Amino acid sequence: MDILRFITAGNVDDGKSTLIGRLLYDTKQIFADQLEAIESSGRVNEDGQVDLSLLTDGLKAEREQGITIDVAYKYFSTERRKFIIADAPGHIQYTRNMVTGASNSNLSIILVDARKGVQEQTRRHSIISSLLGIPHLVICINKMDLVGYDEEVYDRIVADYRRFARKLRAKEITFIPVSALKGDNIVDGSELTMPWYKGPSLLEHLEQVPVSRDFNLEDARFPVQYVIRPLTAEHHDYRGYAGKVISGTYRAGDKVTVQPSGQATTIKSVELGGRVLEEAFAPMSVVLQLADEVDISRGDMIVKAADGLEVAQEFEAEICWMHHKALKPGAKLLLRHNSTETRCVVRNIDYKIDINTLDHLEDVDQIQLNDICRVQIKTASPLLLDKYADNRSNGGFILVDETSFATVGAGMVAEVEY
Amino acid sequence: MTQRYLDYLDQLEAEAIHIMREVAGQFEKPALLFSGGKDSITLVRLAEKAFRPGKFPFPLVHIDTGHNFPEAIRYRDELAERLGEKLIVRNVEETIKRKNLSEPKGRYASRNALQTHTLLETIEEFGFDACIGGARRDEEKARAKERIFSVRDEFGQWDPKRQRPELWNIYNGRISKGENVRVFPISNWTELDVWNYIKREEIALPNIYYTHERECLVRDGKLMAWSDFIFQEPDDVVVTKQVRFRTVGDMTCTAAVESIAHDIDGVIAEILESKISERGATRIDDKLSETAMEDRKKGGYF
Repeated sequence: MDILRFITAGNVDDGKSTLIGRLLYDTKQIFADQLEAIESSGRVNEDGQVDLSLLTDGLKAEREQGITIDVAYKYFSTERRKFIIADAPGHIQYTRNMVTGASNSNLSIILVDARKGVQEQTRRHSIISSLLGIPHLVICINKMDLVGYDEEVYDRIVADYRRFARKLRAKEITFIPVSALKGDNIVDGSELTMPWYKGPSLLEHLEQVPVSRDFNLEDARFPVQYVIRPLTAEHHDYRGYAGKVISGTYRAGDKVTVQPSGQATTIKSVELGGRVLEEAFAPMSVVLQLADEVDISRGDMIVKAADGLEVAQEFEAEICWMHHKALKPGAKLLLRHNSTETRCVVRNIDYKIDINTLDHLEDVDQIQLNDICRVQIKTASPLLLDKYADNRSNGGFILVDETSFATVGAGMVAEVEY
Repeated sequence: MTQRYLDYLDQLEAEAIHIMREVAGQFEKPALLFSGGKDSITLVRLAEKAFRPGKFPFPLVHIDTGHNFPEAIRYRDELAERLGEKLIVRNVEETIKRKNLSEPKGRYASRNALQTHTLLETIEEFGFDACIGGARRDEEKARAKERIFSVRDEFGQWDPKRQRPELWNIYNGRISKGENVRVFPISNWTELDVWNYIKREEIALPNIYYTHERECLVRDGKLMAWSDFIFQEPDDVVVTKQVRFRTVGDMTCTAAVESIAHDIDGVIAEILESKISERGATRIDDKLSETAMEDRKKGGYF
């Protein structure tokens, strides 16, 4: 049993909440008292059914306005997998929330209304999923019951989407015709209503998507978070480097270098909770002991000797701005990347990405809330970076306001300048 | 291509350890809030995994309402002793006396709200800048929107609109003077995940988590452990039942469930069968209004 983290973006009208509600309900994750609480609130949807959006829209303001504002996390599991749903809003004014939910997701469910076909929102959610490096997209063509379960309607939408999807970076795109309301192809199949569809139901697909391959096991990256020095009689000279293998694998005997100093050494042992392990791989949290005494502190990175990690102070990135106050070139911010923090300046805005079309808009003089722009960044001290497209776990960073310390932006490393 | 497979409990464990180490790396004076309940017992095991063979970089802190189950208190003291870690206990009783606070009265009287007072005082007394807690997002709808690093102002207040976006596994622990952060390493665990982890790790729990005979009051369809602290009405019926506790909080607001589970497999089987959520079955403090949890969190509650 492993974990699949996926995102669903959208609004009540799209049938998103009905779809999540259906998944939770049909896998028996909704408890009687939770259902009772919703029923007692008296809210029903247009079809006269209990409004399952109340399960996910947890804040008072959200329930009052009937919208999803913030990302909510929901959990369910089957015999095969534990699922973590990041349930995000769909409107363009909440793009930052969708970006947040997408950052940790391996799969994105995108809903298309069978009556309307591929819309602006479909394209936007697909583009954001793609920019955030989500490898698996599932296009659920929903409300099939309202188009008479017509195969031609489905085929036309699939063809439309495929034409648009050539621009996307996703590794795998899957199409499933569903009716979230009636339950067709959500948990069970659709032999009666859509005998022409031979693929898996949504849940079957979610259970089967191969996610262990999504972890980068090639480029060994170990950012040191904390140094363990017990200084007891028993462990007098013990020095363990605590951190998380964000990509790659580590074994005793592996030749490594410590960055950014570049010192070379060998792994003496790999441990967890005081016990020796044969091997550590992403995403395990472990302790590494090294053969030589090397000066290492939090923020340094232990990498395999053969790896070509880029130590950079100037690089290009795509950033999503998350604050009401617009960002202008020349602005200074704090940048946090894994366990490192440094000051940075956004030197230039190359272009803004139209997230409905992926077109580039030039001559942009500031970055507004929810904008995604390609920028040039310079940092006060060198960072140990990978391109986001090559290594998602070492190519993402956040931008923090220097005085309020609010998280104001999220960035993904594009081209690294040497 | 290289392939590896990490079990879901190992993935959850790895995430929680990473979060705890970020706390150790980013803060000057962190603390682990320990209640004697299964979630905070799980946190202690995760801290062992994160920091052994070293010491914890934080003390265990217990805010004792004085209405806790004696079994949980005994367990707490033995655990701290066995681990050789520092335990700080602060009593709500003393806060009440010193500040001349009035005890809640009546049928739903609980020191739950007063606990927040003592927690904030303790944070101030020791200058804690981060408090690790065992809250989970699956517990309650307001908690489903909680961050892993949750920034609180001087009054401990949670402002859902001011929450920081949290991306990848990068946690922003920067705060201004007077603010502090609540950190929830097992945010992504469910009740069942916690039990499966306790089983895998063979963690001993206070015996009130397993079936035992107990005198209970029947209140609003729930079984409340009979104790000197609980508000009694003339028509209250005391019954003796085979029960266990699904959550362990204050005796005044934690209900028991009827159970025959005498070991962990029995508990897991009962959870899988259960039709009622953990907090729904056992907490009367959440039921007071639709937004009870959101309101309490805004007031500084965990």
